[in-house]
Amino acid sequence: MDILLQQIVNGLVVGSVYALIALGYTMVYGILGLINFAHGEVLMIGALTALQTLGVLERIAPDLGPLAQLAIALGVAVPVCMTLGFLMERLAYRRLRNAPRLAPLITAIGVSFLLQTVAMILWGRNYHTFPQLIPTTPLEPVSGVFITPVQITIVVVSALMMAGLLVLVNRTRLGRAMRATAENHRVASLMGVDVNAIIGATFVIGAGLAAVAGVMFASNYGIAHYAMGFLPGLKAFTAAVLGGIGNLGGAMLGGIVLGLVESLGAGYIEHLSFGFLNSSYQDIFAFIILGLVLIFRPTGLLGERVSDRA
Amino acid sequence: MITLLEARGVGKRFGGLTALADVSLTIRQGEVYGLIGPNGAGKTTFFNVLTGAYVPEDGEFVFEGSPLPQGKPHQVVAAGIARTFQNIRLFRELSALENVMCGHHIRTQAGVWGILTQSRQAREEERLTTERAFELLTYVGIERFADTVAKNLSYGDQRRLEIARALATEPRLLALDEPAAGMNATETGRLKSLIEQIRHDGVTVLLIEHDVKLVMGLCDRVAVLDFGKKIAEDVPAVVQQNPAVISAYLGGGKHGH
Repeated sequence: MDILLQQIVNGLVVGSVYALIALGYTMVYGILGLINFAHGEVLMIGALTALQTLGVLERIAPDLGPLAQLAIALGVAVPVCMTLGFLMERLAYRRLRNAPRLAPLITAIGVSFLLQTVAMILWGRNYHTFPQLIPTTPLEPVSGVFITPVQITIVVVSALMMAGLLVLVNRTRLGRAMRATAENHRVASLMGVDVNAIIGATFVIGAGLAAVAGVMFASNYGIAHYAMGFLPGLKAFTAAVLGGIGNLGGAMLGGIVLGLVESLGAGYIEHLSFGFLNSSYQDIFAFIILGLVLIFRPTGLLGERVSDRA
Repeated sequence: MITLLEARGVGKRFGGLTALADVSLTIRQGEVYGLIGPNGAGKTTFFNVLTGAYVPEDGEFVFEGSPLPQGKPHQVVAAGIARTFQNIRLFRELSALENVMCGHHIRTQAGVWGILTQSRQAREEERLTTERAFELLTYVGIERFADTVAKNLSYGDQRRLEIARALATEPRLLALDEPAAGMNATETGRLKSLIEQIRHDGVTVLLIEHDVKLVMGLCDRVAVLDFGKKIAEDVPAVVQQNPAVISAYLGGGKHGH
Protein backbone atom coordinates (compact mmCIF):
# COMPACT_ATOMS: atom_id res chain seq x y z
CA MET A 1 0.00 0.00 0.00
CA ASP A 2 2.78 2.42 0.90
CA ILE A 3 4.56 1.59 -2.30
CA LEU A 4 1.42 2.24 -4.29
CA LEU A 5 0.80 5.64 -2.67
CA GLN A 6 4.44 6.59 -2.94
CA GLN A 7 4.52 5.71 -6.62
CA ILE A 8 1.36 7.71 -7.22
CA VAL A 9 2.97 10.73 -5.58
CA ASN A 10 6.11 10.30 -7.67
CA GLY A 11 4.02 9.81 -10.78
CA LEU A 12 2.10 13.02 -10.22
CA VAL A 13 5.34 14.95 -9.81
CA VAL A 14 6.97 13.62 -12.97
CA GLY A 15 3.65 13.73 -14.77
CA SER A 16 3.13 17.41 -14.12
CA VAL A 17 6.54 18.18 -15.63
CA TYR A 18 5.66 16.05 -18.68
CA ALA A 19 2.35 17.87 -18.93
CA LEU A 20 4.05 21.25 -18.90
CA ILE A 21 6.39 20.21 -21.70
CA ALA A 22 3.64 18.43 -23.62
CA LEU A 23 1.68 21.68 -23.80
CA GLY A 24 4.43 23.18 -25.92
CA TYR A 25 4.26 20.28 -28.39
CA THR A 26 0.53 20.33 -28.57
CA MET A 27 0.15 24.11 -28.97
CA VAL A 28 2.58 24.17 -31.87
CA TYR A 29 0.95 21.13 -33.43
CA GLY A 30 -2.50 22.66 -33.02
CA ILE A 31 -1.54 25.81 -34.83
CA LEU A 32 0.96 24.56 -37.44
CA GLY A 33 0.50 20.80 -37.69
CA LEU A 34 4.22 20.55 -36.86
CA ILE A 35 5.85 18.30 -34.29
CA ASN A 36 8.59 20.54 -32.93
CA PHE A 37 11.13 17.89 -31.95
CA ALA A 38 13.49 20.62 -30.76
CA HIS A 39 11.10 21.42 -27.92
CA GLY A 40 12.93 19.17 -25.46
CA GLU A 41 16.12 21.09 -26.16
CA VAL A 42 14.42 24.30 -25.06
CA LEU A 43 13.97 22.66 -21.66
CA MET A 44 17.68 21.83 -21.60
CA ILE A 45 18.70 25.38 -22.56
CA GLY A 46 16.38 26.65 -19.83
CA ALA A 47 17.98 24.48 -17.17
CA LEU A 48 21.55 25.27 -18.25
CA THR A 49 20.86 29.00 -18.54
CA ALA A 50 19.45 28.93 -15.02
CA LEU A 51 22.52 27.02 -13.85
CA GLN A 52 24.82 29.59 -15.46
CA THR A 53 22.85 32.42 -13.86
CA LEU A 54 23.12 30.77 -10.45
CA GLY A 55 26.87 30.47 -10.94
CA VAL A 56 27.16 34.17 -11.73
CA LEU A 57 24.93 35.08 -8.79
CA GLU A 58 27.12 33.12 -6.45
CA ARG A 59 30.07 35.26 -7.43
CA ILE A 60 28.43 38.69 -7.50
CA ALA A 61 25.75 38.37 -4.79
CA PRO A 62 26.62 35.48 -2.50
CA ASP A 63 24.29 36.70 0.25
CA LEU A 64 21.09 36.26 -1.73
CA GLY A 65 18.50 33.89 -0.29
CA PRO A 66 17.82 30.65 -2.18
CA LEU A 67 14.33 31.67 -3.30
CA ALA A 68 15.58 34.99 -4.64
CA GLN A 69 18.33 33.15 -6.48
CA LEU A 70 15.82 30.78 -8.02
CA ALA A 71 13.54 33.65 -9.00
CA ILE A 72 16.40 35.47 -10.73
CA ALA A 73 17.52 32.28 -12.46
CA LEU A 74 14.00 31.77 -13.76
CA GLY A 75 13.84 35.44 -14.66
CA VAL A 76 16.82 34.91 -16.96
CA ALA A 77 16.04 31.41 -18.25
CA VAL A 78 12.44 32.10 -19.26
CA PRO A 79 13.15 35.12 -21.51
CA VAL A 80 16.19 33.35 -23.00
CA CYS A 81 14.05 30.35 -23.92
CA MET A 82 11.23 32.54 -25.19
CA THR A 83 13.70 34.28 -27.49
CA LEU A 84 14.99 30.91 -28.58
CA GLY A 85 11.46 29.71 -29.34
CA PHE A 86 10.78 32.85 -31.33
CA LEU A 87 14.00 32.52 -33.31
CA MET A 88 13.38 28.84 -34.04
CA GLU A 89 10.06 29.66 -35.64
CA ARG A 90 11.31 32.76 -37.39
CA LEU A 91 14.52 31.32 -38.83
CA ALA A 92 13.78 27.64 -39.32
CA TYR A 93 10.07 26.91 -39.57
CA ARG A 94 8.43 29.99 -41.04
CA ARG A 95 9.97 29.64 -44.46
CA LEU A 96 8.84 26.01 -44.54
CA ARG A 97 5.26 26.76 -43.63
CA ASN A 98 3.93 25.79 -47.03
CA ALA A 99 6.42 22.99 -47.64
CA PRO A 100 5.41 19.32 -47.46
CA ARG A 101 5.04 18.21 -43.85
CA LEU A 102 8.18 16.11 -43.83
CA ALA A 103 10.43 19.11 -44.45
CA PRO A 104 9.67 21.03 -41.23
CA LEU A 105 9.73 17.75 -39.30
CA ILE A 106 13.25 16.92 -40.45
CA THR A 107 14.21 20.53 -39.82
CA ALA A 108 12.93 20.21 -36.26
CA ILE A 109 15.17 17.22 -35.70
CA GLY A 110 18.02 19.23 -37.18
CA VAL A 111 17.33 22.14 -34.84
CA SER A 112 17.35 19.67 -31.97
CA PHE A 113 20.84 18.40 -32.89
CA LEU A 114 22.03 21.93 -33.43
CA LEU A 115 20.91 23.09 -29.99
CA GLN A 116 22.41 20.04 -28.31
CA THR A 117 25.72 20.63 -30.02
CA VAL A 118 25.75 24.33 -29.20
CA ALA A 119 24.98 23.48 -25.57
CA MET A 120 27.76 20.90 -25.58
CA ILE A 121 30.22 23.51 -26.83
CA LEU A 122 29.07 26.09 -24.30
CA TRP A 123 28.69 23.89 -21.24
CA GLY A 124 30.80 20.88 -22.04
CA ARG A 125 29.88 17.22 -22.03
CA ASN A 126 29.90 16.80 -18.27
CA TYR A 127 27.01 16.43 -15.93
CA HIS A 128 26.67 19.56 -13.80
CA THR A 129 25.32 19.59 -10.29
CA PHE A 130 22.23 21.75 -10.20
CA PRO A 131 21.98 23.49 -6.83
CA GLN A 132 18.95 22.37 -4.89
CA LEU A 133 17.63 25.67 -3.68
CA ILE A 134 14.31 24.39 -2.46
CA PRO A 135 14.76 22.02 0.49
CA THR A 136 14.90 18.37 -0.46
CA THR A 137 14.36 16.96 3.00
CA PRO A 138 11.38 14.66 2.57
CA LEU A 139 8.20 15.30 4.48
CA GLU A 140 6.06 12.39 5.53
CA PRO A 141 2.40 13.45 5.37
CA VAL A 142 1.19 9.85 5.53
CA SER A 143 3.36 7.31 7.25
CA GLY A 144 5.59 5.60 4.75
CA VAL A 145 4.90 8.12 1.97
CA PHE A 146 7.53 10.78 1.35
CA ILE A 147 7.33 13.99 -0.61
CA THR A 148 9.96 16.71 -0.79
CA PRO A 149 9.25 20.45 -0.87
CA VAL A 150 10.76 20.51 -4.37
CA GLN A 151 8.19 18.01 -5.51
CA ILE A 152 5.35 19.97 -3.93
CA THR A 153 6.62 23.10 -5.65
CA ILE A 154 6.72 21.29 -8.99
CA VAL A 155 3.14 20.12 -8.73
CA VAL A 156 1.86 23.51 -7.55
CA VAL A 157 3.78 25.57 -10.12
CA SER A 158 2.74 23.26 -12.96
CA ALA A 159 -0.90 23.40 -11.93
CA LEU A 160 -0.80 27.20 -11.76
CA MET A 161 0.86 27.52 -15.15
CA MET A 162 -1.56 25.14 -16.79
CA ALA A 163 -4.55 26.97 -15.29
CA GLY A 164 -3.06 30.24 -16.51
CA LEU A 165 -2.61 28.84 -20.00
CA LEU A 166 -6.21 27.61 -20.14
CA VAL A 167 -7.45 31.05 -19.15
CA LEU A 168 -5.15 32.64 -21.70
CA VAL A 169 -6.33 30.42 -24.53
CA ASN A 170 -10.03 30.40 -23.72
CA ARG A 171 -10.66 33.84 -22.31
CA THR A 172 -8.35 36.37 -23.92
CA ARG A 173 -7.86 38.21 -27.17
CA LEU A 174 -4.58 36.43 -27.85
CA GLY A 175 -6.01 32.98 -27.13
CA ARG A 176 -8.99 33.60 -29.35
CA ALA A 177 -6.71 34.62 -32.19
CA MET A 178 -4.65 31.48 -31.55
CA ARG A 179 -7.71 29.26 -31.81
CA ALA A 180 -8.86 31.09 -34.94
CA THR A 181 -5.42 30.70 -36.50
CA ALA A 182 -5.31 27.02 -35.56
CA GLU A 183 -8.56 26.51 -37.42
CA ASN A 184 -7.64 28.37 -40.57
CA HIS A 185 -4.61 30.58 -41.19
CA ARG A 186 -5.95 32.17 -44.33
CA VAL A 187 -9.31 33.13 -42.95
CA ALA A 188 -7.79 34.38 -39.72
CA SER A 189 -5.49 36.70 -41.64
CA LEU A 190 -8.36 37.87 -43.85
CA MET A 191 -10.23 38.74 -40.65
CA GLY A 192 -7.38 40.92 -39.47
CA VAL A 193 -5.34 38.52 -37.36
CA ASP A 194 -1.60 38.85 -37.88
CA VAL A 195 -0.99 35.13 -38.27
CA ASN A 196 2.80 35.38 -38.10
CA ALA A 197 2.62 37.24 -34.82
CA ILE A 198 0.20 34.69 -33.38
CA ILE A 199 2.36 31.74 -34.43
CA GLY A 200 5.38 33.51 -32.97
CA ALA A 201 3.50 34.03 -29.70
CA THR A 202 2.59 30.34 -29.62
CA PHE A 203 6.25 29.32 -29.84
CA VAL A 204 7.20 31.92 -27.24
CA ILE A 205 4.60 30.73 -24.73
CA GLY A 206 5.46 27.06 -25.28
CA ALA A 207 9.15 27.83 -24.81
CA GLY A 208 8.42 29.75 -21.62
CA LEU A 209 6.61 26.74 -20.18
CA ALA A 210 9.49 24.48 -21.22
CA ALA A 211 12.00 26.78 -19.50
CA VAL A 212 10.11 26.53 -16.23
CA ALA A 213 9.81 22.78 -16.67
CA GLY A 214 13.55 22.56 -17.31
CA VAL A 215 14.46 24.42 -14.13
CA MET A 216 12.07 22.29 -12.09
CA PHE A 217 13.34 19.10 -13.68
CA ALA A 218 16.95 20.02 -12.91
CA SER A 219 16.03 21.07 -9.37
CA ASN A 220 14.31 17.79 -8.74
CA TYR A 221 17.16 15.56 -9.94
CA GLY A 222 19.97 17.98 -9.03
CA ILE A 223 21.60 17.46 -12.42
CA ALA A 224 21.84 19.39 -15.67
CA HIS A 225 23.68 18.53 -18.90
CA TYR A 226 23.54 19.14 -22.61
CA ALA A 227 21.50 16.03 -23.48
CA MET A 228 19.00 16.24 -20.61
CA GLY A 229 16.22 17.50 -22.87
CA PHE A 230 16.07 14.47 -25.11
CA LEU A 231 14.28 11.93 -22.95
CA PRO A 232 11.76 14.24 -21.23
CA GLY A 233 11.11 15.78 -24.63
CA LEU A 234 10.33 12.44 -26.17
CA LYS A 235 8.18 11.44 -23.22
CA ALA A 236 6.28 14.70 -23.27
CA PHE A 237 5.68 14.12 -26.97
CA THR A 238 4.30 10.71 -26.00
CA ALA A 239 2.11 12.41 -23.41
CA ALA A 240 0.80 14.84 -26.02
CA VAL A 241 -0.02 11.98 -28.40
CA LEU A 242 -1.58 9.99 -25.59
CA GLY A 243 -3.89 12.85 -24.65
CA GLY A 244 -4.68 13.73 -28.27
CA ILE A 245 -2.18 16.00 -29.93
CA GLY A 246 -3.44 19.50 -30.60
CA ASN A 247 -5.66 19.32 -27.54
CA LEU A 248 -4.55 21.31 -24.48
CA GLY A 249 -6.57 19.35 -21.93
CA GLY A 250 -5.27 16.19 -23.58
CA ALA A 251 -1.66 17.22 -23.09
CA MET A 252 -2.25 17.78 -19.39
CA LEU A 253 -4.13 14.52 -18.95
CA GLY A 254 -1.61 12.64 -21.07
CA GLY A 255 1.29 14.00 -19.01
CA ILE A 256 -0.25 12.96 -15.70
CA VAL A 257 -1.32 9.54 -16.97
CA LEU A 258 2.11 8.90 -18.45
CA GLY A 259 3.82 9.97 -15.22
CA LEU A 260 1.60 7.63 -13.21
CA VAL A 261 2.03 4.66 -15.54
CA GLU A 262 5.77 5.14 -15.61
CA SER A 263 6.15 5.47 -11.89
CA LEU A 264 3.80 2.61 -11.03
CA GLY A 265 5.51 0.53 -13.69
CA ALA A 266 8.90 1.30 -12.19
CA GLY A 267 7.59 0.34 -8.77
CA TYR A 268 6.24 -3.01 -9.85
CA ILE A 269 8.38 -3.98 -12.83
CA GLU A 270 10.44 -6.39 -10.77
CA HIS A 271 7.33 -8.28 -9.70
CA LEU A 272 5.84 -8.11 -13.16
CA SER A 273 8.93 -9.52 -14.83
CA PHE A 274 9.68 -12.02 -12.03
CA GLY A 275 12.86 -10.20 -11.13
CA PHE A 276 14.19 -10.19 -14.68
CA LEU A 277 13.96 -6.38 -15.09
CA ASN A 278 14.45 -3.67 -12.49
CA SER A 279 13.31 -0.06 -12.13
CA SER A 280 16.07 1.28 -14.38
CA TYR A 281 13.94 -0.01 -17.24
CA GLN A 282 11.13 2.42 -16.37
CA ASP A 283 11.57 4.28 -19.66
CA ILE A 284 10.12 1.42 -21.65
CA PHE A 285 6.63 2.20 -20.38
CA ALA A 286 6.43 5.55 -22.14
CA PHE A 287 7.33 3.97 -25.44
CA ILE A 288 5.08 0.97 -25.02
CA ILE A 289 2.28 3.47 -24.47
CA LEU A 290 3.31 5.50 -27.51
CA GLY A 291 3.24 2.37 -29.64
CA LEU A 292 -0.12 1.20 -28.31
CA VAL A 293 -1.76 4.60 -28.70
CA LEU A 294 -0.51 5.01 -32.26
CA ILE A 295 -1.79 1.56 -33.18
CA PHE A 296 -5.14 1.50 -31.40
CA ARG A 297 -6.14 5.09 -30.82
CA PRO A 298 -4.08 7.49 -32.93
CA THR A 299 -6.31 10.42 -31.99
CA GLY A 300 -5.45 9.96 -28.32
CA LEU A 301 -7.61 9.88 -25.20
CA LEU A 302 -9.43 13.14 -25.78
CA GLY A 303 -9.21 13.15 -29.56
CA GLU A 304 -7.22 15.29 -31.91
CA ARG A 305 -8.46 18.75 -32.68
CA VAL A 306 -9.70 18.13 -36.18
CA SER A 307 -10.14 21.23 -38.23
CA ASP A 308 -10.70 21.37 -41.94
CA ARG A 309 -8.12 23.60 -43.43
CA ALA A 310 -9.00 25.50 -46.56
CA MET B 1 -18.87 61.90 -54.78
CA ILE B 2 -15.74 60.89 -52.92
CA THR B 3 -13.75 57.97 -54.28
CA LEU B 4 -13.24 55.25 -51.66
CA LEU B 5 -11.46 52.55 -53.63
CA GLU B 6 -9.77 52.66 -56.97
CA ALA B 7 -8.46 49.61 -58.80
CA ARG B 8 -5.78 50.64 -61.29
CA GLY B 9 -5.04 48.20 -64.07
CA VAL B 10 -5.09 45.14 -61.83
CA GLY B 11 -3.85 41.95 -63.48
CA LYS B 12 -3.51 38.44 -62.05
CA ARG B 13 -2.32 35.31 -63.82
CA PHE B 14 -2.19 31.70 -62.67
CA GLY B 15 0.39 30.03 -64.89
CA GLY B 16 -0.95 30.48 -68.39
CA LEU B 17 -4.43 31.45 -67.23
CA THR B 18 -5.22 35.14 -67.08
CA ALA B 19 -7.71 35.51 -64.26
CA LEU B 20 -7.75 39.31 -64.27
CA ALA B 21 -6.53 41.57 -67.05
CA ASP B 22 -6.12 45.31 -66.61
CA VAL B 23 -9.17 45.76 -64.40
CA SER B 24 -9.77 49.35 -63.38
CA LEU B 25 -12.77 50.51 -61.44
CA THR B 26 -13.77 53.13 -58.95
CA ILE B 27 -16.00 52.64 -55.93
CA ARG B 28 -17.50 55.76 -54.40
CA GLN B 29 -18.05 56.29 -50.77
CA GLY B 30 -21.50 55.29 -49.57
CA GLU B 31 -22.63 53.29 -52.57
CA VAL B 32 -23.48 49.65 -53.08
CA TYR B 33 -21.29 48.54 -55.95
CA GLY B 34 -22.07 45.28 -57.71
CA LEU B 35 -19.53 43.04 -59.38
CA ILE B 36 -21.15 40.50 -61.65
CA GLY B 37 -20.17 38.17 -64.43
CA PRO B 38 -20.45 34.55 -65.53
CA ASN B 39 -18.83 31.78 -63.49
CA GLY B 40 -15.07 31.91 -63.76
CA ALA B 41 -15.08 35.54 -64.85
CA GLY B 42 -12.61 36.49 -62.12
CA LYS B 43 -14.92 38.00 -59.51
CA THR B 44 -13.61 36.02 -56.55
CA THR B 45 -10.04 36.43 -57.80
CA PHE B 46 -10.69 40.16 -57.71
CA PHE B 47 -11.74 39.82 -54.06
CA ASN B 48 -8.68 37.76 -53.26
CA VAL B 49 -6.33 40.26 -54.83
CA LEU B 50 -8.13 43.16 -53.19
CA THR B 51 -7.97 41.64 -49.72
CA GLY B 52 -4.30 40.72 -50.04
CA ALA B 53 -4.76 36.95 -50.26
CA TYR B 54 -3.10 37.00 -53.71
CA VAL B 55 -0.43 39.35 -54.99
CA PRO B 56 -1.36 40.82 -58.38
CA GLU B 57 1.22 40.87 -61.19
CA ASP B 58 0.08 44.27 -62.45
CA GLY B 59 -1.64 47.30 -61.06
CA GLU B 60 -2.59 48.38 -57.59
CA PHE B 61 -5.46 49.39 -55.37
CA VAL B 62 -5.76 52.85 -53.90
CA PHE B 63 -7.97 53.01 -50.82
CA GLU B 64 -8.86 56.35 -49.28
CA GLY B 65 -5.99 57.92 -51.17
CA SER B 66 -3.20 55.51 -50.23
CA PRO B 67 -2.08 52.29 -51.94
CA LEU B 68 -3.13 49.07 -50.20
CA PRO B 69 -0.38 46.72 -49.01
CA GLN B 70 -0.18 43.69 -51.28
CA GLY B 71 -0.11 40.13 -49.98
CA LYS B 72 -0.68 41.19 -46.35
CA PRO B 73 -4.32 40.43 -45.61
CA HIS B 74 -4.35 41.64 -42.01
CA GLN B 75 -2.99 45.02 -43.04
CA VAL B 76 -5.71 45.34 -45.64
CA VAL B 77 -8.22 44.67 -42.87
CA ALA B 78 -6.50 47.28 -40.73
CA ALA B 79 -6.82 49.76 -43.61
CA GLY B 80 -10.58 49.22 -43.51
CA ILE B 81 -11.63 46.48 -45.93
CA ALA B 82 -13.43 43.38 -44.67
CA ARG B 83 -14.90 40.48 -46.58
CA THR B 84 -17.13 37.46 -46.40
CA PHE B 85 -16.69 34.25 -48.37
CA GLN B 86 -18.59 32.56 -51.16
CA ASN B 87 -18.32 29.22 -49.36
CA ILE B 88 -18.70 30.05 -45.69
CA ARG B 89 -15.41 30.21 -43.77
CA LEU B 90 -16.26 30.68 -40.15
CA PHE B 91 -14.11 29.53 -37.27
CA ARG B 92 -16.26 26.46 -36.92
CA GLU B 93 -15.16 25.40 -33.44
CA LEU B 94 -15.56 28.86 -31.92
CA SER B 95 -18.88 30.22 -30.64
CA ALA B 96 -20.75 32.83 -32.67
CA LEU B 97 -19.74 35.48 -30.16
CA GLU B 98 -16.07 34.45 -30.32
CA ASN B 99 -16.14 34.55 -34.11
CA VAL B 100 -17.25 38.16 -34.00
CA MET B 101 -14.75 38.96 -31.24
CA CYS B 102 -12.01 37.60 -33.50
CA GLY B 103 -13.05 40.10 -36.13
CA HIS B 104 -12.45 42.83 -33.60
CA HIS B 105 -8.88 41.61 -32.97
CA ILE B 106 -7.33 44.17 -35.29
CA ARG B 107 -9.01 47.06 -33.46
CA THR B 108 -7.62 46.10 -30.07
CA GLN B 109 -4.09 46.39 -28.74
CA ALA B 110 -3.58 44.37 -25.57
CA GLY B 111 -0.20 42.67 -25.88
CA VAL B 112 1.03 39.42 -24.41
CA TRP B 113 2.23 41.18 -21.30
CA GLY B 114 -1.02 43.04 -20.65
CA ILE B 115 -2.96 39.83 -21.17
CA LEU B 116 -0.73 37.73 -18.93
CA THR B 117 -0.91 40.27 -16.14
CA GLN B 118 -4.58 40.97 -16.84
CA SER B 119 -3.91 44.70 -16.81
CA ARG B 120 -6.84 47.03 -16.32
CA GLN B 121 -6.51 48.15 -19.93
CA ALA B 122 -6.60 44.58 -21.25
CA ARG B 123 -9.66 43.72 -19.18
CA GLU B 124 -11.47 46.89 -20.22
CA GLU B 125 -10.66 46.21 -23.87
CA GLU B 126 -11.95 42.65 -23.59
CA ARG B 127 -15.16 43.89 -21.98
CA LEU B 128 -15.72 46.39 -24.80
CA THR B 129 -14.96 43.73 -27.42
CA THR B 130 -17.55 41.40 -25.89
CA GLU B 131 -20.12 44.19 -25.72
CA ARG B 132 -19.48 45.25 -29.31
CA ALA B 133 -19.64 41.66 -30.55
CA PHE B 134 -22.98 41.19 -28.87
CA GLU B 135 -24.28 44.38 -30.47
CA LEU B 136 -23.23 43.13 -33.87
CA LEU B 137 -24.91 39.77 -33.36
CA THR B 138 -28.06 41.72 -32.48
CA TYR B 139 -27.53 43.90 -35.56
CA VAL B 140 -27.60 40.90 -37.88
CA GLY B 141 -30.34 39.28 -35.79
CA ILE B 142 -28.67 36.20 -34.32
CA GLU B 143 -27.90 37.33 -30.77
CA ARG B 144 -29.81 34.37 -29.32
CA PHE B 145 -27.14 32.07 -30.75
CA ALA B 146 -24.22 33.95 -29.18
CA ASP B 147 -22.90 30.89 -27.35
CA THR B 148 -23.65 28.37 -30.10
CA VAL B 149 -20.62 26.86 -31.79
CA ALA B 150 -20.52 28.28 -35.31
CA LYS B 151 -20.71 24.95 -37.11
CA ASN B 152 -24.07 24.23 -35.46
CA LEU B 153 -25.76 27.35 -36.81
CA SER B 154 -28.17 27.10 -39.72
CA TYR B 155 -26.85 28.03 -43.13
CA GLY B 156 -28.57 31.41 -43.27
CA ASP B 157 -27.39 32.28 -39.76
CA GLN B 158 -23.83 31.30 -40.67
CA ARG B 159 -23.98 33.80 -43.52
CA ARG B 160 -25.22 36.47 -41.13
CA LEU B 161 -22.50 35.60 -38.67
CA GLU B 162 -19.90 36.07 -41.40
CA ILE B 163 -21.26 39.55 -42.02
CA ALA B 164 -21.19 40.34 -38.29
CA ARG B 165 -17.61 39.10 -38.04
CA ALA B 166 -16.59 41.26 -41.00
CA LEU B 167 -18.34 44.29 -39.51
CA ALA B 168 -16.45 43.75 -36.25
CA THR B 169 -13.27 44.76 -38.06
CA GLU B 170 -14.87 48.22 -38.39
CA PRO B 171 -14.52 48.38 -42.18
CA ARG B 172 -15.08 51.37 -44.45
CA LEU B 173 -15.67 48.93 -47.30
CA LEU B 174 -17.50 45.64 -46.83
CA ALA B 175 -16.91 43.11 -49.60
CA LEU B 176 -19.60 40.43 -49.78
CA ASP B 177 -18.88 37.37 -51.95
CA GLU B 178 -22.22 35.93 -53.07
CA PRO B 179 -24.02 36.48 -49.77
CA ALA B 180 -27.33 35.25 -51.16
CA ALA B 181 -25.97 31.96 -52.51
CA GLY B 182 -28.18 29.09 -51.38
CA MET B 183 -30.77 31.36 -49.76
CA ASN B 184 -34.51 31.15 -50.38
CA ALA B 185 -36.60 34.20 -51.34
CA THR B 186 -37.49 35.14 -47.75
CA GLU B 187 -33.87 34.91 -46.58
CA THR B 188 -32.72 36.92 -49.60
CA GLY B 189 -35.28 39.58 -48.77
CA ARG B 190 -33.96 39.85 -45.20
CA LEU B 191 -30.40 39.95 -46.52
CA LYS B 192 -31.35 42.81 -48.80
CA SER B 193 -32.67 44.89 -45.93
CA LEU B 194 -29.56 44.07 -43.89
CA ILE B 195 -27.28 45.30 -46.68
CA GLU B 196 -29.38 48.44 -47.05
CA GLN B 197 -29.08 49.01 -43.31
CA ILE B 198 -25.31 48.55 -43.47
CA ARG B 199 -25.04 51.10 -46.25
CA HIS B 200 -27.32 53.44 -44.33
CA ASP B 201 -24.95 53.17 -41.37
CA GLY B 202 -22.09 54.48 -43.46
CA VAL B 203 -20.30 51.39 -44.75
CA THR B 204 -19.70 51.18 -48.49
CA VAL B 205 -20.58 47.75 -49.92
CA LEU B 206 -18.93 45.82 -52.72
CA LEU B 207 -21.14 42.94 -53.73
CA ILE B 208 -20.47 39.88 -55.86
CA GLU B 209 -23.77 38.25 -56.62
CA HIS B 210 -25.46 35.96 -59.10
CA ASP B 211 -28.99 36.83 -58.07
CA VAL B 212 -29.71 39.40 -60.78
CA LYS B 213 -32.84 40.67 -59.09
CA LEU B 214 -30.92 41.35 -55.89
CA VAL B 215 -28.11 43.10 -57.73
CA MET B 216 -30.43 45.25 -59.79
CA GLY B 217 -32.56 46.15 -56.79
CA LEU B 218 -29.68 46.93 -54.45
CA CYS B 219 -26.72 48.30 -56.38
CA ASP B 220 -26.11 51.89 -57.33
CA ARG B 221 -23.60 50.87 -59.96
CA VAL B 222 -22.50 47.59 -61.43
CA ALA B 223 -19.33 46.38 -63.13
CA VAL B 224 -19.36 43.29 -65.31
CA LEU B 225 -16.38 40.98 -65.62
CA ASP B 226 -15.96 38.45 -68.39
CA PHE B 227 -12.82 36.34 -68.86
CA GLY B 228 -11.01 38.60 -66.40
CA LYS B 229 -11.80 41.81 -68.26
CA LYS B 230 -14.21 44.54 -67.30
CA ILE B 231 -16.72 44.75 -70.13
CA ALA B 232 -19.14 47.26 -68.62
CA GLU B 233 -19.61 49.63 -65.70
CA ASP B 234 -22.72 51.73 -65.15
CA VAL B 235 -26.01 51.96 -63.32
CA PRO B 236 -27.89 48.63 -63.37
CA ALA B 237 -30.55 49.69 -65.88
CA VAL B 238 -27.92 50.63 -68.47
CA VAL B 239 -25.72 47.59 -67.86
CA GLN B 240 -28.73 45.32 -68.35
CA GLN B 241 -29.16 46.66 -71.89
CA ASN B 242 -25.46 46.41 -72.80
CA PRO B 243 -25.04 43.99 -75.75
CA ALA B 244 -21.61 42.80 -74.56
CA VAL B 245 -23.10 41.91 -71.18
CA ILE B 246 -26.02 40.10 -72.71
CA SER B 247 -23.73 38.07 -74.95
CA ALA B 248 -21.41 37.26 -72.05
CA TYR B 249 -24.30 35.92 -70.01
CA LEU B 250 -26.21 34.22 -72.77
CA GLY B 251 -23.17 32.91 -74.65
CA GLY B 252 -22.52 33.37 -78.33
CA GLY B 253 -20.91 36.62 -79.49
CA LYS B 254 -17.19 36.95 -79.91
CA HIS B 255 -16.26 34.13 -77.51
CA GLY B 256 -18.25 31.70 -79.59
CA HIS B 257 -19.93 29.50 -76.99
